[in-house]
Amino acid sequence: MVLVTIAIAILVAIPGAILLARLAGARRWALGLANIAQTIPSLALFGFLVPLPYIGGIGKRTAIVALCLYALLPILRNTLLGITGIDPAVRESAVAMGMTRRQILWQVELPLAVPSIVAGLRLATVATIGTATIAAAIGGGGLGVFIFRGISMVDTPTVLAGALPAAIMAVLADEVLEWIERRLSPA
Amino acid sequence: MPPPPVLEIRNLCCTLGGRSILRDVSLSVFEGETVVLLGRSGSGKTTLLKTVNGLIQPTSGAVLLEGKPAAEWDPIRLRRRMGYVIQDGGLFPHWTVAANVGLVPRLENWPPAAIAERVDLLLEAVGLAPAEFRLRYPRQLSGGQKQRVGIARALAADPPLLLFDEPFGALDPITRFELQRHFLDLRRTVRKTALFVTHDVREALMLASRIALLKDGALDLLLTPRDFLAARTPEAAAFLASLQENWKQDEPPTQL
Repeated sequence: MVLVTIAIAILVAIPGAILLARLAGARRWALGLANIAQTIPSLALFGFLVPLPYIGGIGKRTAIVALCLYALLPILRNTLLGITGIDPAVRESAVAMGMTRRQILWQVELPLAVPSIVAGLRLATVATIGTATIAAAIGGGGLGVFIFRGISMVDTPTVLAGALPAAIMAVLADEVLEWIERRLSPA
Repeated sequence: MPPPPVLEIRNLCCTLGGRSILRDVSLSVFEGETVVLLGRSGSGKTTLLKTVNGLIQPTSGAVLLEGKPAAEWDPIRLRRRMGYVIQDGGLFPHWTVAANVGLVPRLENWPPAAIAERVDLLLEAVGLAPAEFRLRYPRQLSGGQKQRVGIARALAADPPLLLFDEPFGALDPITRFELQRHFLDLRRTVRKTALFVTHDVREALMLASRIALLKDGALDLLLTPRDFLAARTPEAAAFLASLQENWKQDEPPTQL
């Protein structure tokens, strides 16, 4: 569930950010919307989505839609920051040396933004792993099933059977992505 | 008939945000000469340089490279015919020195062996030992070394015209002097045509074949350094006076 969510969020957020980097006007709106999605409490968001047609209902799909909404912002914002934060002198020389826009994007902007993008990915992944356990509340399955079952049975080992793997996954994902982030930093 | 100028600027005007930045500037740069655009901040010298490689579009007038109007050039091709060096180098921080210098040849699909050979030749020419510097990253270089790499990058595909935007402005005086001298040596050996922006009269006098003095977006004077020293317009006098002040430093300070 987490991997699917992150994959979808990457596919939406990174091209979205590249587009927004060119459209200063739309940037505020898009970031505002993504910000709002972020502030809705997760349990409430799952609840909102259940009655909606197509994307809603009970089950895994709804859970993934909700998780994507959360994962979008950190990836979008960090990609955007990564691209817009590039030294203007570097961009100017790229243009002046006769690079095409596509070459500038693939050879200059994206490589320089990679550390920032990975940092966003890391935030999104850790948050998604945590939030994903709540998806069990709307029949989304996952490790949350054990947690909710354990709570209703007042059985701590069952709660832990869900909570521990989720926590370990989050820590591991964080470590791995941090390592990648360090490897890719130009410094 | 003399050969056509490498660069010709005809009646160029540029208005940005309602402000007139360039007023009817005409100027030709001939093969092998260095024309220095001298002026105060806001005189339009950098804008003029940027209209030459299409970073800024002029409001009216024309820029001709090798006799052909810039508007008829593909902008990408046009820019690859001009080397460009800016104040802090503008090197790509994620690339090695070799990758930076080899950029335009790579864009032009030279074979890798030819690029490697060219990079070494250029590093040698700007006074950096290839074996030592080839694989360094820009952050491992001093300010002067970055500028040398910037110059090597601009020379890489042997463009007919070089553009310099205050390339030595951020360097300490000793490094600056070293690079200025090196620039003169280079010009003697590779005989490049250049348009060079500066606000430093001394630099202009040292490097220019001709000095183009800009005032409020208009061309005030276009003279050889020798004639510039005798120029009488108020703006030229102001620049020359700043030169005089430099020599008066042994006067005793005024008592307070």
